Amino acid sequence: MTSGYLLLEDGTVFRGRSVGGDGAAFGEAVFTTAMTGYQETVTDPSYAEQLVCFTAPMVGNYGVADERGESERPHAKAAVMRQLGGREWAEWLTARGIVGLEEIDTRALVLRLRDAGAMRAVAVADETELSVEDALAAVQGQPLMEGQALVADVSTPEPYVFSESGPTRVAVVDYGTKRSILRRLALAGAAVTVFPHTAQPDELASFDGVVLSNGPGDPEPLHAEVETVRELLGRAPILGICLGHQLLGLATGHGTFKLPFGHRGANHPVLDRRTGRVLVTSQNHGFAVEPSDAGEATHVSLYDGTVEGFDFSELHARSVQFHPEAGPGPHDAWPILESWVGELAKR
Amino acid sequence: MPARRDISSVCVIGSGPIVIGQACEFDYAGCQALKVLREDEYRTIVVNSNPATIMTDPGFADRTYIEPLDLEGVASVLERERPDALLPTLGGQTALNLAVALAEGGVLEELDVELIGAPVEVIRRAEDREEFREAVRRCGLKVPASRIVTSLDQLADVSLPAVVRPAFTLGGHGGGFAEDSDSLRRQVERGLSESPIGQVLVEESVRGWDEFELEVIRDRVDNVVVVCSIENLDPMGIHTGDSVTVAPQMTLSDEAYQELRDAAAAVIRAVGVETGGSNIQFARRRESGELRVIEMNPRVSRSSALASKATGYPIAKVAAKLAVGYTLDEIPNDLTKTTPASFEPTLDYVVVKFPRFAFEKFPGADRTLGTQMKSVGEAMGIGRTFTEAFLKAYGSRELDPGSPTPWESLEDADLPAGLHPWFRAEIARARKELVSGDLLRAKRAGWGDDSIGATMDLTGEEIRRLRHELGIRPAYRRVDSCAGEVEAGSSYFYSTWGEEDEALPRDGKPRVVIIGSGPNRIGQGIEFDYCCVHAAQTFRGLGYEAVMVNCNPETVSTDYDTSDRLYFEPLSPEEVLAVCDREQPVGVVTQFGGQTPLRLARSIEEAGYRILGTPHAAIDLAEDRERFGSLARDLGIRCPPWATVAGAEEALAAADEIGYPVLVRPSYVLGGRAMRICYEDAELEEAMAAVHGPAGSRASGIRASADSGLAQESVLLDRFVEHAIELDVDALCDGEELYIGAVMQHVEEAGVHSGDSACVLPAPSLTLAAALEVEHVVKRLGPALGVVGLLNVQLAIAEGIVYVLEVNPRASRTVPFASKAIGINLVDAACRLAAGQTLQDLALPTPRPAQVSVKAAVLPFARFPGADPVLGPEMRSTGEVMASAADLPTALAKAERAAGRPLPTSGTAFLSVRNEDKPAAVAVAAALAGLGFRIVATEGTARTLAAAGLEVEEVAKVTDSGIGEPTVVDLVRRGRCDIVVNTPQGSGARADGYLIREAALVARVPCVTTISGAAAAVHAIANARAEAALSLQERIGSEV
Repeated sequence: MTSGYLLLEDGTVFRGRSVGGDGAAFGEAVFTTAMTGYQETVTDPSYAEQLVCFTAPMVGNYGVADERGESERPHAKAAVMRQLGGREWAEWLTARGIVGLEEIDTRALVLRLRDAGAMRAVAVADETELSVEDALAAVQGQPLMEGQALVADVSTPEPYVFSESGPTRVAVVDYGTKRSILRRLALAGAAVTVFPHTAQPDELASFDGVVLSNGPGDPEPLHAEVETVRELLGRAPILGICLGHQLLGLATGHGTFKLPFGHRGANHPVLDRRTGRVLVTSQNHGFAVEPSDAGEATHVSLYDGTVEGFDFSELHARSVQFHPEAGPGPHDAWPILESWVGELAKR
Repeated sequence: MPARRDISSVCVIGSGPIVIGQACEFDYAGCQALKVLREDEYRTIVVNSNPATIMTDPGFADRTYIEPLDLEGVASVLERERPDALLPTLGGQTALNLAVALAEGGVLEELDVELIGAPVEVIRRAEDREEFREAVRRCGLKVPASRIVTSLDQLADVSLPAVVRPAFTLGGHGGGFAEDSDSLRRQVERGLSESPIGQVLVEESVRGWDEFELEVIRDRVDNVVVVCSIENLDPMGIHTGDSVTVAPQMTLSDEAYQELRDAAAAVIRAVGVETGGSNIQFARRRESGELRVIEMNPRVSRSSALASKATGYPIAKVAAKLAVGYTLDEIPNDLTKTTPASFEPTLDYVVVKFPRFAFEKFPGADRTLGTQMKSVGEAMGIGRTFTEAFLKAYGSRELDPGSPTPWESLEDADLPAGLHPWFRAEIARARKELVSGDLLRAKRAGWGDDSIGATMDLTGEEIRRLRHELGIRPAYRRVDSCAGEVEAGSSYFYSTWGEEDEALPRDGKPRVVIIGSGPNRIGQGIEFDYCCVHAAQTFRGLGYEAVMVNCNPETVSTDYDTSDRLYFEPLSPEEVLAVCDREQPVGVVTQFGGQTPLRLARSIEEAGYRILGTPHAAIDLAEDRERFGSLARDLGIRCPPWATVAGAEEALAAADEIGYPVLVRPSYVLGGRAMRICYEDAELEEAMAAVHGPAGSRASGIRASADSGLAQESVLLDRFVEHAIELDVDALCDGEELYIGAVMQHVEEAGVHSGDSACVLPAPSLTLAAALEVEHVVKRLGPALGVVGLLNVQLAIAEGIVYVLEVNPRASRTVPFASKAIGINLVDAACRLAAGQTLQDLALPTPRPAQVSVKAAVLPFARFPGADPVLGPEMRSTGEVMASAADLPTALAKAERAAGRPLPTSGTAFLSVRNEDKPAAVAVAAALAGLGFRIVATEGTARTLAAAGLEVEEVAKVTDSGIGEPTVVDLVRRGRCDIVVNTPQGSGARADGYLIREAALVARVPCVTTISGAAAAVHAIANARAEAALSLQERIGSEV
């Protein structure tokens, strides 16, 4: 077993054993606290340009299955684990060239990221091939996540139909959408067509509803996408998810900012201000909408007060920061997708 | 929606004595609940019959009633206190059943007491099989196909194999697995008699399926969170209390886990639990993912205690707050303080629980695990990986050498069939790491120094030295409920290897390390945890930081609130010394956790740490027969004559010198294990053979029987003092002065283990002269041994002579009972002495209890069919109850009620006693006859009674009955007998006596197996009076 390491831009090194692909993976070091769903996580396009550390003690226990992919390929650039829980997962990572490190002191890494914020980092599969010193210089030369527009790298180049049947026609703008979103929409009775992130308001407005999907990177530089959303407002019902929520926020005058280390996991409590109910949610975002008392801010994070949901009822636009489609994570918010599709059908 | 203000007082019901299936997890739950209710300024009232609980301490509630947990007992308290609300979800099945009975009996309505936490219809929906099945079906889930059976003629067309589950019983008690129609009939018969409502469920067997449990909490606005998932390593078919379990679940994918989570939420909603926690069990077929909902407990449970300890999410505390009206988002997460309880804990470590069995105590009992729980305790291990947690828990069981147990070894062949291949592979990997030759890798896999040493012929200590030279030391990690995502100042730690250490707060206070008592077992249970908790409280009060080390997830001591820091660690020298190295305490407290810390005392002293209070030398002195014998001689204190022997020949010679009867015991014995009383040569030879296990004697096919571990040990012979009054004395000593806290008299004669004997305070048969002599003896012993703290002395008085039987320079099992009976906290005082104060500084008042208090033992015989349910020198009780009253008969009758064996006031009494007891039996029978009982006896006893002029009916023994002639066993079985007095005949009484006792056990007829016990029972039947309940605060004058 080769010994590899994870290096943070502040020079902290975490040594471990290499169990995945070769080479050095540069990206932002982040962690997820979800205890299940490693394959879903690594294939979630929102993890593009990130090295994901799992706080779960064992990763890979139950193998892999094609249907668990949230996209066609992995997007996270490395999987960082305390202990590998099964060979199949290691083989999956290796076959896809994703750096996998186990025996990393993940808790020390998490505490470091929590206290100092997410950092640029590199996961190196083989220490003999890249020294820590050289790696550090390279890490410090990498771009910061803040200001990065990444959706173009993960969005579909061409529109495609995901599901044809269903009384309600829904367009999904793919900023890096997870399959679970498409699947849940289809299950709720929507015929789903997926559009590239460059889709124009006119082509989207002809649908019964438009979903702004999740996606990676900073929402702030996505000026064209925000403009599209702004133009679309009022012309078609909108549902934003994750990055889509942030874009809706920007389009309606709310601010976004980079969270110190993000929300990634499957246990985050979100308060629905209208009902007083708490949802346990699946989350994956490094940027957030600034706390707001505005009436449209329907959902709020009980961890840090950031806006977790909007409802602009007159514009028929709403959004959630968390992942109602789950995959991985709790299904508590499935009804958000289902009821939205149901409402579209009644319009 | 903050706390309700329309209620101002809440009554909490505890779970009573520790029994299999219901242990100190409910004390933990009750304590947590009381704490938060009092914080919210509710007036609190507690009812619990178990004196060894922290929740029944006078400072824990406004009013504390140590009363029987039966309808009458609780109703009388409610009547007296008139609380606004009753919270029954924290006291296990006992409290829940009582709540139903109180509601159905109209008591709650009459007294205008609101049931909070779980309304009656919810309890019924969860507990009544039919209603539960309907509720589950309504939410689209499946339960195993089943039918409710209330009589044996409803068994046609049951598909086999099937499981039989009686309704409303503890830990699945009375249930079983039936493979064919014969065993089905037998199981159903038993189940019907065990179920208080005469109802059993016969259902589709899901044996071999994977088993999962989810701990779910719901609040009154319908927020639902899953606190923890637990996976059983032993598959379905083995009671979860007897299974090795792991949290979080290890083998399910996200979609499979979420399916369970959805199902759990659906079930808690369908059953309608409005506020509080529930445990929901699922069976899942590994190959197909098929799911069945097995069971739900609408209350806190053993699993919820485990889940709380596993995650740091205090379920009972949260449940209590929800019951008085809070919602989850209004309750802060205890560990982070900044985030709410409306989240789901996430773990960056693994937790494994191992059950602790005590089969060695019940020779002859069936050791097969099934749907009826048999383990007596549990140990939990926390590690960063599965194997680390698994091996920690595995090694924390503290098995006596040679004790038979499931999971005896980790060889592949010894692992349970049906174990998920993932676990099998992990265990195999750990075994490989053990012999990898890389010390750090072996440590990281979870192996202890001793195990590593054993692979290379080194001792654990040598490995430790080697490790330290290499700089390999453990690192400590926080349990924070959130995997590090939110900053938590939690004081809850576990060790791991090769990682960064999480720094300790340094506030400059001196520290003491308190060593807990490990898993509950027979002979070492909640009493010692009680003492450890008090030690923590007292040292904190004295300005120390109290650091707790323990591995028992059920306890109050492992509540992170109890101490300044909690280390959830195995109690072996390695882990305890590592904690000391990290904490650098001014002293280590070893006298409160029973034998477990005492075994560590030497290593602790050798490592240079100070034992606070009684030094290890005193323990050595008390346990070394030669040295103690000469000390006693010097002090002019009598001990029964004794000898140490190595074989049968030596034994016979020694017995000749000492004189019969003799008490035989292996020298290292714990809780009286393998002890026997012999009256003649033949019995002694037999006893020695049992201890030394001659060739051919273990042909039973049961490997590693209790006997084999005792081989090669020297054996102690003591003259057994007959016809004696036996006393237990708990005293305090500061090294020079001695204070007698309590003198308790055993109800059963010497020869019955003190832990199994009922005892009375103040001692009723003690003459003033004898009392003074006892005091004199104990006052000489304490200082001579060098005791600083607690001292327990067992004495026997025969013909005016006081003999010392045993001296334990540590907290004893009776300390909580004694403290509550006399109103003086002995542990608190002992800690002050250990911290350097003197008895003069403490100025304790002379105890003058205004009432008579009785402690009665609760025995688990019903769990171990095949084992003889008779009291003897080997301790077998799992728990105890306390009752106090103005006079002894009333207190005794109440104690028997509390122990679940209410004495009859009329009916038929059956007597069958051994020859030695026949004269005394006449008085017992005469008294019973005088009370109007019909007297029935077997031949010999009947002759004696008739000769004494009593009217007696003779009934045949089983062994010499004619065909068709009804025997005593038939009589008992048919419920035609209300009390059985049966004293065992010699040692080989496997025949009649055994059958009678077992029949009584099955028929739930009180069965007294000692003549002194019978005399006391009759005295109580004759003279007990109705008496109003009195709270502990009123009784000891400490109204808060």
